[in-house]
This record gives sequence, structure tokens and C-alpha cells, in this order.
Amino acid sequence: MPGKTYVQTNINGEHVDFLCEPRQSLLECLRDVIGLTGTKEGCNDGNCGACTVEMDGRIVTSCLVLGVEAEGKEITTIEGIADGSTLHPIQQSFLENAALQCGICTPGFIVASKSLLDQNPDPTEHEIRFWLANNLCRCTGYDKIIRAVQDAAVKMQEA
Amino acid sequence: MATTRDYEPNVVLSNQDYNVVGTRPLRPDGADKVTGRALYGADFAAAGLLSGSVLRSPHAHARIKSIDTSKAEALDGVRAVVTSADFPQGGEGPVLWQRDNVLASDKALYRGHAIAAVAAASPHIAEEAVSLIDVDYEVLTPVTDVQSSMKGDAPILHDSLMTDELGEKADKASNIASHFQHVKGDVKAGFKEADVVIEREFTTKTVHQGYIEPQAATALWNNDGRLHIWCSTQGSFAARDACARILDIPVSQIRVVPLEIGGGFGGKIDVYLEPVAALLSKKTGTPVKLVMSRADVLQGTGPTPGSYAKIKIGAKKDGTITAAHAYLAMEAGAYPGSPVGAGAMCVLAPYDLENALVDGYDVVVNKPKTAAYRAPGAPNAAFAGEQVIDEVAKAIGMDPIDFRMKNAAKEGTRQVHGPTFPRVGYEEVLEAMKSHPHYNAPLDGPNQGRGVAVGFWFNIGFDSACNIAVNADGTVTLQEGSTDIGGTRASIAMQAAEVLTLPYEKVRPTVVDTDTIGFTAVTGGSRTTFATGWAAYEAAQDVRTKMIDRAAQIWEVDADTVELEDAVFKSKSDPELSMTFAELAGQLGRSGGGITGTAAVSPSGVGGAFAGNIVDVEVDPETGKTEILRFTVVQDAGKAIHPSYVEGQMQGGAVQGIGWALNEEYYMSDSGTMDNVSLLDYRMPTSLDLPMIDTVIVEVANPGHPYGVRGVGEAPIIPPTPAIANAIENAIGTRLFALPMNPAAVAKAVMDK
Amino acid sequence: MKWIDYATPHSVREAVDVLSEAGGRARVMAGGTDLLVALRAGVYDIDLVVDGKNIPELNEITYDPTNGLTLGAAVPCYKIYGNQAVATAYPGLIDAASLIGGTQIQGRASLGGNLCNATPSADSIPPMIALNGTANIAGPNGNRQVAIEDFCTGVRQNALGSDEILVSLHFPAPVANSGANYIRFIPRNEMDIAVAGAGVSVVLDNGDIKEARVSLASVAPTPLFVQEAGDAIAGKPANDETVRIASGIARDAARPITDMRGTIEFRQHLCEVLTRRALNTAIERAKENN
Repeated sequence: MPGKTYVQTNINGEHVDFLCEPRQSLLECLRDVIGLTGTKEGCNDGNCGACTVEMDGRIVTSCLVLGVEAEGKEITTIEGIADGSTLHPIQQSFLENAALQCGICTPGFIVASKSLLDQNPDPTEHEIRFWLANNLCRCTGYDKIIRAVQDAAVKMQEA
Repeated sequence: MATTRDYEPNVVLSNQDYNVVGTRPLRPDGADKVTGRALYGADFAAAGLLSGSVLRSPHAHARIKSIDTSKAEALDGVRAVVTSADFPQGGEGPVLWQRDNVLASDKALYRGHAIAAVAAASPHIAEEAVSLIDVDYEVLTPVTDVQSSMKGDAPILHDSLMTDELGEKADKASNIASHFQHVKGDVKAGFKEADVVIEREFTTKTVHQGYIEPQAATALWNNDGRLHIWCSTQGSFAARDACARILDIPVSQIRVVPLEIGGGFGGKIDVYLEPVAALLSKKTGTPVKLVMSRADVLQGTGPTPGSYAKIKIGAKKDGTITAAHAYLAMEAGAYPGSPVGAGAMCVLAPYDLENALVDGYDVVVNKPKTAAYRAPGAPNAAFAGEQVIDEVAKAIGMDPIDFRMKNAAKEGTRQVHGPTFPRVGYEEVLEAMKSHPHYNAPLDGPNQGRGVAVGFWFNIGFDSACNIAVNADGTVTLQEGSTDIGGTRASIAMQAAEVLTLPYEKVRPTVVDTDTIGFTAVTGGSRTTFATGWAAYEAAQDVRTKMIDRAAQIWEVDADTVELEDAVFKSKSDPELSMTFAELAGQLGRSGGGITGTAAVSPSGVGGAFAGNIVDVEVDPETGKTEILRFTVVQDAGKAIHPSYVEGQMQGGAVQGIGWALNEEYYMSDSGTMDNVSLLDYRMPTSLDLPMIDTVIVEVANPGHPYGVRGVGEAPIIPPTPAIANAIENAIGTRLFALPMNPAAVAKAVMDK
Repeated sequence: MKWIDYATPHSVREAVDVLSEAGGRARVMAGGTDLLVALRAGVYDIDLVVDGKNIPELNEITYDPTNGLTLGAAVPCYKIYGNQAVATAYPGLIDAASLIGGTQIQGRASLGGNLCNATPSADSIPPMIALNGTANIAGPNGNRQVAIEDFCTGVRQNALGSDEILVSLHFPAPVANSGANYIRFIPRNEMDIAVAGAGVSVVLDNGDIKEARVSLASVAPTPLFVQEAGDAIAGKPANDETVRIASGIARDAARPITDMRGTIEFRQHLCEVLTRRALNTAIERAKENN
């Protein structure tokens, strides 16, 4: 049985290298190998979005990406959203709008929402709901999450 | 979906304004939770950590003849294997059942029932090892629904379980664990007086709480004999006590450290992984972490019951309900203990009835042992009761809210199970519903319908403790033991801040472990803001008294001449004598020492909560697809300490109810297998399935709490299923009597019309 | 998951060599959104995953109004609907690409992968059949083409040999007065597997249907090409009565089973509803496209 694969990648703007077995998902590698536990596992089959990261400019469910596929990619996780000690407007908006209760889905939603607003700075309510349909929340009923994204969109356009 | 809004979507009908209570500050754990820093159960790491995996029964009902773990033990990387034989043996009744549910002993009682577990160097090795454990099963016939299980010819789960029939124990084995009754007045006579009598039968399917975070626990059975557990739990003390019982060790030997929890809704009160991780750690001498997969969660934790209900209601033409009979049979899962008792307390609670009868049946079936799911038992009962109420109102030609108003329970109403209501806000909830813009907006299309329903949940009190220490800079630290699932660090800190007249930001709350705070009951039962808030209130009063005494001592005056207002201590007689809270705090060290306050409470003044829903739906008659067009939740919170998080409870509970109404179910095969064992086919609502959820918080103060708090977490899940059923009936002219009201069922109802 | 090895060939030739050497113990991975779930569930017993995303031909989109569309097998959905020219020319394909899974899934899932996965519920296959698509396959003995309606041979079974790789999908250039649509029925509004689906295309001629193709998802062991439905309405006026002839034939052609996603009766009923609605949309699109 062969050994581990050496992977070189870029995570949150930093060069990162690690060893992993091909069967380990990117989610596993982030959490268990690299130690970035902000990305969460909810289902391990692409249905809940808690493991959402951005990879080469697109959001993906990292449970369905192999760790070895990270080679040469640019990955953004929840740990890379804030600007140093300053929260991103989306993070701030989630807090101000009480858009989290237990918070387990929040990292996935924040990464997905940032991706939306990067591409579509002024989305309609329907566009927000459609974009975020791959992210499940069981606590909030989504109302305050949608309002938080709308609020952040306004703040980011004013800035 | 509703587009233009010319009304306030979220309203608080406040009865009293405070300085901090009733405001909307940022939660204290916010920075951690929006940056991914907060540590949940599966995030925990420790030196030497091993990964565990659990073998689960593929059979819904089987005798376990033998378990051969030798091949698993021989696999490279495996460090320990455990079965129920590693538990202390003996015991009977609930203690035995609890241990048996964690690792099966002589029988597997549901598909997913844990049989054995492995600790290994990696999760993949542990998973492979589990597949090498050989179990010799004698497969038995399962029974998986309540009505079949109640029949005389049903396969028996427990040979020693005999029905407790109205207090008398029967003499032969049965799947009916108990039958109880609540009787008020004379329903026979009452039905005779009625002009209209409607009787209907209803069924519901098993549904799951659906928390996004699977269960996770790490245990270290240390070399000094102390067992440390880090887990996601709704109750660190509940977990501690359950492990003590199951492992037969003193509670003092166990320390439970609650990590952040990714949703619970009642499903993370019972223990599943903790005792297993403990056994594995005892064998390996290292920490062992167990994390459930989503399939494990659906098959191996505690969903809420499927059920059968028969409701009969009679009323006079003038709208007076003359009698009501509710027959409720609920599935307990593999071991006795369904929430039928709680359902029985709530099904008729909104109604002031002279004559009422409730029959409740607790029935075991070959499914996972049920656990609490937000107002357990009440949604099942309300799906039935609130539809018959709707039908009776229609039959006598009365508006459904007016009909409920005419028979409204209020202060002094005697409930069917005995207690009399203290001051409650039910009429105020009905009034807020009736006057809401939603109720008075026209429906504007074919196949659209509107429905209303109400619900009641009693809420609980029980024990909570709190410690507060004053810092030299005028801030205070606050320790409490209620894991924060929904923003309660904030609502608890706010109550302490209010007492101490400090700004919210000056109170630093921390959730601490079982070694660090007095006994605190679960974060559940809608008790946390009420009871732990009360403990914080009392601890803050303790600090306030001591600070006043200290100021008095420093000023050499009587303590009863000193008052605290707006964070300033003042002498009532001498205006020269005044210092800020911060100034006094800075002098504590040299005036006699630091000041701390403490409280341990078990408050009895619990206030129940009434909730109501107005919902508009549109049905596609060709496909049966139901869109929720508009949804309004009205609820009496007594006093919303932090209105945003109260709104959050209302909205979240509503959406769980929507999923329960329209799609969620355990789709069971004949062999007792849940076919839809993933979040692809266990369909919870996505953001695209919903409109905004509008809220009205009614505040009828609970006289039993210093700020009037009533628990809010559970009542929201009760009205949605009947409100939606009533709306669908209004839209298509046919009523549905079974949950879920999925597209196939609705399409069939349209076609059968 | 049990142990797997991972290979990333950089050419079709290399991929074919790797697959030949693996002797049936390998599968090609595009987006991985089906394959990884299946591997974890033990559906496939393989030793090697061959990543197709570093092979140029599998990742290219080539379109021109004369030669049509050649879509690399591993191109993710978002690149398809993000391509303005393709989206305008092939709205029927975009219907499917934009509703598979959700946003994150569409960041990875490909139509080629959806086709090779060969499940009856695949959302992209009915519109690909309706649009007369062909599969370009490379193997040790050279290249060959297979009509998409012949590609799936059973549940999770396809026409590929174990040493062959799907390189790309080809669709003829759209003609004037043509329109296509794919709709499916799901219980939620996103994320679900189709209970039933209908992919249709029409070409109009002066208010009549010149030709039509109807294909169904989730009502047979493979995606169903209901040739008789399209044939029955060729030459007829494009109106409600005509559409209902086709949708009735579609309903009768369906051979669904009852499972956790739907009953036989419900699926048959939906075939008629969805085919009718899809044909109406396709006709509308055809009228706008002249």
C-alpha cells in the first residue's frame, strides 16, 4: 500500500503544504491535517453546505473534493474572511442581524455569501435564497441570514 | 413570496421598558462564531487522540447471539474494541434501558442500534475495523408503526414490559408501555349538548430534530481515575449524571466540559457516544474521540415519535365547545418513554372546557428510542386537534380566530390534567393575530389558501446556578452552566447587567464545566433564559447587596441609606457621597477584599407560552407542490430579554414545523430500514423554500419571574403543521389527515376530490 | 472510505493507458460529486481514481453557430451557464446545469460526469437526448461516438469499456425556430433528486411542429427517449391539443417504480404534466428564436 501524497496549495493567501492519503477529503485535510477547524462537517455528502470553501474563485463543498486535488489551487476558508483583526462586513452584519443561533452553519454561510456578493453586489431576495440553497440552517429559518446578506450588500456598496 | 412590505415585519408589543433587558446587543461569543474559532464537539483536539467508530445493527429487530471482535482487534492501527460486556452489568427498567441503548446487550431493537465500538489511529482505520466485527444475529420480525404495535399479534420487543393500564400493571408482555387518562367533567353529556360533533383520525411519521452538527464526544479516562468528557451537549450535568449511571461510578469522578453545540432541539440531552468513548479510553489510556456520521445521526440518535391521534370535538351553534376527547398514541421507539404525556397536557390547553377526556398511550416500536424535539408530543397532538377545531369553526360558520377567542383559556381556567392557569397571554396572542395586516390581506390567486392554528407549551424551571465576580475595572465576570445554543449567554448577562445597572458590555459571561459551577439543568425545556437568567438575577442581587454594604462601610453610613442607580452608588441623605460602580470596584481590594455573588435556584413561577400562526399557501393542483407564500408567528414571550433571539426562536421553530408539515419523514421499508438516510432525501427546508417569517412578540408578563420571562424556545414548533393543513384545506377544499403533506399526498387529495 | 490511489493524467492517451493498466479497477472522476459519495457508500469497488480535470480536451468548451457545441466531459456546470454564447444557444442544457444540486455542487459537477454516472434520475441526460447529443469516447482502439440516448445501458451502467474515457459531448448547432426545455419535479425547490423529469426539443415550421424529441428522467432504469411521442406530433399544429398527444404518450411510455422518492402512479401522472409544460415552454422559446 503506497504512502501519503505531498500537496502544495495556497490557503487564505498563505502557501501551505501537507501530507495526506488520497481518500482523505479536502474537508478532512483542512480540519485534521492542517488544523483549520472552522470549516464544519454536517453530512459528508454535499447536502448541507457546512463545509463550504472557495476554491479558485468558486464555492464548493469541501467534503466532495479530495485533499490531493488542492494541489496548486487557491483556497479561501472561513479563517481567511476577516481582514486581520477587522471583521468582514458580512461577518459584522451576521452579528448585528442576529443571523446565527448555534453558529455551526455560519462559516459555510459566510463563505457562500461573500462569494455571492463578490459576483453580484446587489442581489434580489430571490437571488440570495437561490445562491444559498445548498447551505442548510436548522436554527434560524433563514430570515435573519437573508437580511444580514442584504444589509452587508448595502454596506459594501456604500464603502 | 410577499414582495412589498408596508408594515413592520418584526414587532415587539412591549409591556415595560428596561435599560438593558429588551435591547439587542451583540452576542458575546459572536467573534468566535463568525470567524470559525469557536470549538464544537468535533473540533476538539488532544495529545494522543484516537478516533473511534461504532458498529450499528443492520437489523431492526434481532437477538444478538454472539459478537466476534478478533479480526477487528488484529487490524493494524486498532487499539481497543468494546461491547456492552464492558459495561457494569445488572439493573432494570430505565437505567438498564439507557445503558442498553448506548450499546445493545441481548437484542438489537432498531436498525442503527449501537452494538460495538473501535478506537484506532485514524477514522478510516476505525471504520474498516468496524466492518471486520462479526455479529451472529437471529433476525426477528420488526414492528415499526404505533397502530401495528398496539395490536395483539405484534412482535414483542421486551418480554418483561407489561402495560401500566391506568395505574394497574397488566400480566402479559405488550408493546404498550402505559395507558393513562385525564378526565374533566362528563364528555358523554357534553357531546349530547352539541349541535355539531366532528371526529377525525390523524397519523404522523417519525421526524428528526435535524441539527446540522452530528453528535461528537471525546473522553479521557485519566490515570488518576477521573473521567473527562468534552462534548456537544445540551446539558453537561445531564451528560455527567447519565454517564455516572451507565458506568456505575460516582458523579464526582466525572467532569464534563461542554463545547459549543451545533443545534440540539432536545436531541442532544441523552448520551450516545460519551459512555462508549469512556470505555474505549479506559482500555487505551488515551483520549478517544467519537463523531457520528449523518447516517448514524438519523439511525442512532433520538428522533421524535410517529403517532396516531383521534380527536372528537362538539360545539353549540353559538360557538361554545361542549366536549372534547383526544386519543393520542405515540411511538416511544425501542424503549418506553414517548412524550405522549406532554402532548396530553397541551392538546386541549388553549380551550376552556367543561368536559374533556384525554387518553394517552406510550408504545414501543423497532425504531430508535425517541428523544425530545422541541415541545415533544405537542406538535403531533396539535396537527390533529387544531384541524378539528378548524373544521368545527367552519361547520358553525364562525371565524377560526373568533371561535378560539370564544373558548379561550385564561387565568383561572382549569386544564384537563389538573392545574389552573395563572396569568397567561393567550387572548392577547389571538387579538394580535386578528389585527395583523397578514390576517386582513386579501388572497390574490386561485389555489391559494390561508390557515391559522395555535399551540401551548408549559415550559419548565428546575435548577440553575450562577457565580459573579467584580473586577477592579468595574466589569463583572459571570459563570453559568447553560450551554449556549441560541444566544443565551447574552440574555443571561443582560439580566445581571439590569440588576447591577451596568451596561451590557460590562458583564462577561462564560459557560463553564461541571467542576466549576453548581448543578444546572439542561438547555432545553425553554428554561434557560428563565431559570439560568433567574440565577444570574439572584447572583447579581447578591453582588449588588454586597457592593452597597461596602459603599456604606466606606462612607460609614447605614446600608439602607445607600442606593445604586445608573451604575452610581449614592447616599440618599448626603448628595456629596457618590461614586461610580467602577470607582467602588477599584477600591474593593483595600476596603476588605473582592466581592463575588452566587445563587442556586429552582424557580417555581414558570409561565407557559401560547403561540399562533397565520400562513398563506399556494398549491399547484397538478403536482401537489405547496408553496408557503407568507408566514406570521405570534407568541407571548412574557418579556423578550433579547428580542432578536426571541424572534430567532420563533422563526426557527416555524421553519422546522414547515419541514415537518410538507416533507420530512422517516421513509421506512418493511424490514425496518430508513431508506432516506441522508440529507438528500430527508428533506429539510432550504432558503429557497421559504419566505421571510414575520413575527409579533406579545408581552404578557409572567408574574412568576422578576422580568416577566416566559420560555420561548418550544412553543413555535406547535402551530405550523395544523396551520399549514388548514391553509391547504382552504386552498384545495380537501383536508389532509396524515403527515407529511408532501406533493404526492396533496396531488392525490386533489385528484380524489 | 477504503484505500484508493489517485492519478492525474495530462492527456487522453495517458488516461487511456492508465485505465487499460488498471484492468477495470479504476474510475474516472470529473467533479467528484457523485463518485465520492458512491465510493464512500461502497457502490464501486475500485483501487484507483483517475482525475480527468487535467486533460485539456475534457475541460474545453468550443462553440460556433455552424459546427455546434463541443463540451468537455469534465466542464463544471457553472462554466456552462457562465458562457454567454452557449447559454444563449442551448437554454435547454442550461435548464439542467443550473438546477443540479445547488451552487456549490454546480461549482464542480459536470454534464459528462452526470452522463457517465448513468442513474435514471440524471437531470442533464433528457435535455442532452432532446438536443440530439453524441458522446465522444476515446479508447485503446481509437475514438468512437455514441448517441446519448444509447449511452446508458442500465442503472449505473454505461456504454464505456473499462479502458475507455468519455472525452466530450457534442451538440449540433441550433436551427432557427427551435426551442428546448428541461423541467423536473422535486418536493423542495432545490437540492433534490428528480421524482420525474422531462427534456424536450421542438423545431417549428410556420406554426406547425416540424420535429420534436421527448426524453424522461426517473421513470425507467435509464433515462428514457420516447421517440414515439415526438414522432406522433411531427407535422401537427403547435397547440395544446397536440402537446397533450405527446404528453399522453410520454405518460404511457414511462415505466417507473415505487421508491422513497415517488410512487408509480405519481410518477406517471408527473410525466404527463412535465412533458406538457416542457413542450409549451419549448414552443415559446422556438417562437422567439427565429
